[in-house]
Amino acid sequence: MSTIDNSAATAAVALERPKKGMSVERAQGRIGVLFATPYTLFLIAFGILPALYAIYLAFTKKGAFVGFDNFLKVFKDYRFWPAVEHVGIFIIVWLVLLVVLVVTLAILVHSIGLRWFSGTMRFVYYIPGALAGASSVMLWLFVLDPTVSPVSWLLQALGIESFVGAVDASRLPVVLAVIAFWTGAGGWIVIMYGALNNISKDVIEAARVDGAGPVRIAWSIQIPLMRKWIAYMVIMSFAGGTQLFVEPRVLAQASRGVVGQDYSLNQLAFLYAFKQNDFNGSAAISLVLLAVAVALSIYFVFKGGLFERA
Amino acid sequence: MSAPNSEIVGTRMRDLTPGAWLGRAFGVLILIVFALFFVVPLLWLLIAPTKTDRQLLLEAPFALGDIGTLLSNWQSLMTFQGGLIWTWIGNSVFYCVAALVITLCISIPAGYALAMTEFRGRKLLLVVTLIVMLIPSTALVLPIFLELSAVRLIGNPLSAILPFSFYPFGVYLTYIYFSTAVSRDLLSAARLDGASEWQVFMKIAMPLSTPVIALVGFFSFTGNWNNYFLPYVTLPGRKAPIQVGLAELLSNVPAFNPTNAASTTITLSALALATLLAIAPVLLVFLFAQRYLVSGMTAGGTKE
Repeated sequence: MSTIDNSAATAAVALERPKKGMSVERAQGRIGVLFATPYTLFLIAFGILPALYAIYLAFTKKGAFVGFDNFLKVFKDYRFWPAVEHVGIFIIVWLVLLVVLVVTLAILVHSIGLRWFSGTMRFVYYIPGALAGASSVMLWLFVLDPTVSPVSWLLQALGIESFVGAVDASRLPVVLAVIAFWTGAGGWIVIMYGALNNISKDVIEAARVDGAGPVRIAWSIQIPLMRKWIAYMVIMSFAGGTQLFVEPRVLAQASRGVVGQDYSLNQLAFLYAFKQNDFNGSAAISLVLLAVAVALSIYFVFKGGLFERA
Repeated sequence: MSAPNSEIVGTRMRDLTPGAWLGRAFGVLILIVFALFFVVPLLWLLIAPTKTDRQLLLEAPFALGDIGTLLSNWQSLMTFQGGLIWTWIGNSVFYCVAALVITLCISIPAGYALAMTEFRGRKLLLVVTLIVMLIPSTALVLPIFLELSAVRLIGNPLSAILPFSFYPFGVYLTYIYFSTAVSRDLLSAARLDGASEWQVFMKIAMPLSTPVIALVGFFSFTGNWNNYFLPYVTLPGRKAPIQVGLAELLSNVPAFNPTNAASTTITLSALALATLLAIAPVLLVFLFAQRYLVSGMTAGGTKE
């Protein structure tokens, strides 16, 4: 966070030292600082300062310190807890879908001997990742509308007669989870596939010689060895899921208000800033979400075991 | 779960027991069902713009329309508010390309510095980069919006370009790349030959870093192209990029907004065409650069 200060300090120290010619280390240190500085400025401007400014806004009102008043106000907002519930249910459904299906599909794809088939499957799963944001939701508007949907028979079999029925409150968390799964699962399947490739063939062979079947091998060897990556997926998806915004926003616009403008927490924070002109309340909600994301991220960087090099 | 394992690869189908054969067939079936799940919506999107709304409602979903209809859908989309869609696409190109250039100019040297040089605060910078990299970018959107509105940058293209250019994942990828793929000895040898630090970077490191430049470029471009939330709050109206514009179009589709009183309306087929246009650049990048992207995603955390 204080790399700029540090670099200034380094420069100062360098000046104080007796000059013994330009040592290689010092030349390297100088170019290191020079190269890292522009990025560090961006890190401060768009990573750290926004967070600090949100903290400032969240604890003040018209510039005066008000303690936790803004937080209490948003917690008491009748829309806040329902939004927490919506996001929570969505995350649970989504994470279950992700873990069960991504792990299953990755192991199945990995078990396929035919290279072209396995490669094609991974490619097909991965392609929807090109669509994110508004465009994937836009496509799903069509898929979910029984009048034009390519799978209207399936929608009708599920008892969905209209688009509004498809995004009914009882179905919405599942619908949002399916959209998110459609967009993101392929990337994770590819990552899990990579993790499976790293498992030593000898271990699997030894298990097979001992009479373990494919299910047993998956359960007792492959899944335990994929643990770190599964944890990575769960934590990243959890953090991403709390941020839910574009899907319910576009659905709200398309569903004639069946999906609320205040369905998710980020939508609520948006309403505070844009409809109520209450930047302090908006900052308070954003800060709650940011705190969750930062906590998960810090936990994972230090405990996740994927970034030991750092 | 009941499919045989990769080492059965060698076994021929006829050597399998009936149970194993069934398990294998079931596994393949699951894979194909999911392949359909992932690909059917996209196929439909490719076909929809060739039909009229009436055909969309009445005909079989995968029946092809015709070229004439495609052209008339194209016409109606292009004439919507005087070709507003091109303004949006142009905005997207401008924001993403500008951000791409800045991202590469700051991330590659920063990743190099973190991997190949020693300076005070290096460790701290690396840890902070990791932490910020794992935070979903949407988590910082409203704080960035609040900050930018405090400095009166809202509505200025910089309000998208600058935040788009901050890309810690790119720095991390570059860092991983230089620390694994480029040997320090090589750089030391160049130094012994009298090369300055700047020359070492420009003449030795840069030519070796083409793969990572491509990788960071792809991720940055596709991520920014698809970004909706940030430009939605910082760049409204005619300055919006296509993702925001697409959602804007939606409010002119009577099928989804029967109460809409706008004079110009957009048909469902035209909306499908707009969606296709909006994803086309990223889809093309995905199709042609799949290998790069895939290797980059797995490189994100490997430490072998």
